Amino acid sequence: MHNNVLNYLNEIVKVKPDKLAYSDGTNNLTFQETYDAATSIGTYLVKNGITKKPVVIYMNKSPMEIAAFFGTVYAGCYYVPIDEEMPAERIRLILDNVKSPVIICDEENKARAEELRSGEQEVLLYDEISKSGRDEAILEKIAAATIDTDPIYIVFTSGSTGIPKGVVACHRSVIDYIEQLSEVLGFNENTVFGNQSPLYFDACLKEVYPTIKFGATDYLIPKKLFSFPVKLMEYLNEYKINTICWVASALSIVSAFKTFREIVPEYLHTVAFGSEVFPIKQFNSWRATLPEAVFYNLYGPTECTGMSCYYKVDREFNETDVIPIGRPFDNTEILLLDDDGHLVNVGEEGEICIRGTAVTLGYYNDKERTDAVFVQNPLNPFYPELIYKTGDIGKLNERGELIYVSRKDYQVKHMGHRIELGEIEANVNTFPNVKLSACIYDKENSNIILYYVGDISEADLENELKNKVPRYMLPRKAFKLDEMPFTGNGKLDRVTLKKMYLGEVSK
Amino acid sequence: MEQLLNILQGIRSDVDFEKEESLIDGNVLDSFDIVTIVGGMEDAFGIEISASDIIPENFNTVKAMMELVEKYTNAQ
Repeated sequence: MHNNVLNYLNEIVKVKPDKLAYSDGTNNLTFQETYDAATSIGTYLVKNGITKKPVVIYMNKSPMEIAAFFGTVYAGCYYVPIDEEMPAERIRLILDNVKSPVIICDEENKARAEELRSGEQEVLLYDEISKSGRDEAILEKIAAATIDTDPIYIVFTSGSTGIPKGVVACHRSVIDYIEQLSEVLGFNENTVFGNQSPLYFDACLKEVYPTIKFGATDYLIPKKLFSFPVKLMEYLNEYKINTICWVASALSIVSAFKTFREIVPEYLHTVAFGSEVFPIKQFNSWRATLPEAVFYNLYGPTECTGMSCYYKVDREFNETDVIPIGRPFDNTEILLLDDDGHLVNVGEEGEICIRGTAVTLGYYNDKERTDAVFVQNPLNPFYPELIYKTGDIGKLNERGELIYVSRKDYQVKHMGHRIELGEIEANVNTFPNVKLSACIYDKENSNIILYYVGDISEADLENELKNKVPRYMLPRKAFKLDEMPFTGNGKLDRVTLKKMYLGEVSK
Repeated sequence: MEQLLNILQGIRSDVDFEKEESLIDGNVLDSFDIVTIVGGMEDAFGIEISASDIIPENFNTVKAMMELVEKYTNAQ
């Protein structure tokens, strides 16, 4: 039985040792090189008594960082990626939480790792431990003792309290996710990925693991290119990238700058987007440019390994439509539950709750916050069975497709009316001169507040909106912003907007 | 020039734009900054910047950004 994610690498290295596995345009690792570095790191860790422990990886985004991930798993450990750009305070919170015995770093981050480590933590240099040699017997022993519910990584996601939460995922969840995702998106050995996501998010699993499953190739696109859309498209063409899974805002930047007038991606045949709503205007621009390509909307929380639902675009959408999140991957079930834990009727809104092997193990070293959202399935009082409550509201449309409605926290009762702030935003976003918008609700004063980025004055926008939504849904005030705040993983940051409104941070 | 500096300061008040020589190569500005700066330039100067001009060389310094704006305003 396939019970270890490293089986992918162990198999592929026999078949395609010399094929390029991971590249950032400067550094390249073949499958053999990836395997050699990873098994060497695994051997080193075990020889130094480090197994079944969290191992912090503090490296620049690179093929070597991925080899360090695998090396950690070869040692029976689980990797905890830390980013060069994370503020020191956040890193300290993470180090305090996981108490890893070692930090693996590259030359560039060595000084910072030394500075941030706690007393007993040892800092190991990738260049040294990745060349220290493999001991097959040691690694076989570790693999034989590994079961598929053992963790392989902890990735940190922001917590509303300000303390990040470390989501722990095991072999079995990742294997389930990768198998289902690969089948739906049709990955194979000819897939050439263009990765956008940072490696410290679960979003990178979409490329990292299918690459070793199929012997595909994964290009880690330099972050800087996402500011310069023509260069970005040139990069896709230079490396013949045919598959991308990007956040919608990265795709939007390309189309909003009218890049396709200058250059069109020549090899791209599979475009997946997710993590946030893709403005239809921008989505349609991509579709018109790549009429032969297949587009997928993906949806899922970090707490369920990666993506839980998919929708393969099969029809036209106009600007007032919502692109569905579709249906769950096989072996995952979505329950739409009301506040009392009952299934809602078809067409009614409910909290999206997820059941399946892809539900992760919970938050590391954080029982309280784990127990709040990883809960007993309320439909099953008979034996232990955990589901994950996403806090997202969804419903089925008339076609039976799942639709993301909004965050549970952004549904408001205003003057006796039940209002989805997302509905106001969707309307504002249809204005041709609006790039982005977001609403917050000021409960104390019962005010809906709208923030937007675009070429329209506050007064004009307020006037135009009167033609779009019922009177009770009109924002009390619209504020034009030069830029919308985003969270680290590229989603609209409503917490910051609320703080702006309350005057806690400046615009 | 002053108008451009005002726009830039409004977007990133933490950056000394007059002194900075490698806004892009030095990783000072990120992609959302660039999107906002381009939008700000287009609004303030009544121009539409082509995607082919949104390249690192045109954004590394204020001087380069000003030259980019002038290229469009002179053409009008």
